[in-house]
Amino acid sequence: MLARRIIPCLDCDLGVPGGRVVKGIEFKQIRYAGIPWELAERYYLDGADEIVFLDITASHERRETMLAVIKKTSKNVFVPLTVGGGIRSIEDARAVFNSGADKVAINTAALKNPNLINQIADRYGSQACVVAIDAKRRYESVDGKEIVKTPDGDCWFECSIYGGRGFTGIDAIAWAEEAEERGAGDIMLTSMDRDGTCDGFDIELTKAVSERVKIPVIASGGCGNPEHILEVFQKTRAQAALAASIFHYGKYKIVDVKRYLKEKGIHVRL
Amino acid sequence: MIAVIDYGMGNIFSIRNALEKVGADVRIIAQPEELNDADGVVIPGVGSFGEAMKQLLPFQEKITSAIETGLPFLGICLGMQILFERSQESPESGFGIIEGEVIRLPDNVLAPQMGWNELNIKRDTNIVKGIEDGDFFYFVHSYHCIPKDKKIVVATTEYGTEVVSIIERDNICAVQFHPEKSGGKGLLLLKNFLKSIKC
Repeated sequence: MLARRIIPCLDCDLGVPGGRVVKGIEFKQIRYAGIPWELAERYYLDGADEIVFLDITASHERRETMLAVIKKTSKNVFVPLTVGGGIRSIEDARAVFNSGADKVAINTAALKNPNLINQIADRYGSQACVVAIDAKRRYESVDGKEIVKTPDGDCWFECSIYGGRGFTGIDAIAWAEEAEERGAGDIMLTSMDRDGTCDGFDIELTKAVSERVKIPVIASGGCGNPEHILEVFQKTRAQAALAASIFHYGKYKIVDVKRYLKEKGIHVRL
Repeated sequence: MIAVIDYGMGNIFSIRNALEKVGADVRIIAQPEELNDADGVVIPGVGSFGEAMKQLLPFQEKITSAIETGLPFLGICLGMQILFERSQESPESGFGIIEGEVIRLPDNVLAPQMGWNELNIKRDTNIVKGIEDGDFFYFVHSYHCIPKDKKIVVATTEYGTEVVSIIERDNICAVQFHPEKSGGKGLLLLKNFLKSIKC
């Protein structure tokens, strides 16, 4: 049986030489967390099942910095490495793979050009193509959207682009299904309402999407403690949990979180 | 020197970095002649069986004779599958060095299998020294190998069926998972492979 995965996420600001890892709150206020390859190696040694780099600056000018970060990281990190942020074409994806990444995560570019999912999956395999969805709760009812019951009222989930700065009107659940059909290997599902809050994952969102698609869903946004990870694994079909803040500032070690999950009966790699 | 064959498919950097991490002198080779001074050979690979066989055609004779003369060989993922006679994935023939075929994962599970899964060790050999039953390795594949001779099986993995995850016969070792992406245990397996090489 496949183990459920714990994935630390490193949001990278590449506006400084060598880049730096930062963490925002609800996609805004920023705090410094460390040097990308150093943190990645520490997490790898500490039992991370996968490492995710997200280029939050996502600009073409800084692409070379990202490639250098990937190259340096892949010399000492021997678990799958996923890179996202600013990947707009198959050529961008190729450059990232050729620097040592195993998977790319695409978000804005996939929503604007869904065929990019097919292109990456056909050329590099589904396992190499992660579709990232940033979903925002919308409580006002709109025709044709998938309504989900939550303790805060009925809502639908809207896909956001440009790192939370733009909205599409696209239903996140329907989009996840389409991404799967087009060949995505994973759905990285971030709740914009929870991201950086440490209030726990959006269970209703994660449940709705993970019950709809067969491919693994990576729950993201809101993880503040190991209990939140346990909760999302117990209440939803998410195959992986992504977290940033709880690992960055030394509050929890990955190996301790995994030991806790194992004690609670979750199948994890130790 | 360990030769890693670059036939234009998949991420060569990962396997190179991992072998170097455990102390190997690695050379990436794209020409069959470069195999001459190799002490061991690794065929990595992600992609389709047919495409791999097309790309490997120039290497086939050289690799087959090198394996016959006892050169330590490690096949990874697709590099394991191409050792077999044929695959359901493509009409092209495999190397046929190992008797048997490669078939699709059963319909009751999601393909590709992608993620961390456990080994059931069937036979203690040098390649699994220090690796225990239940240790996790990283898999990415949609097809799996059915060797005719079950005695060559070193480990299996449960995924809808009993997937053969490690085989070993004389100087040939092959694994369905990716040791270069399997953390410390993966590096240990590569280290075990290096120990089988006299250099």
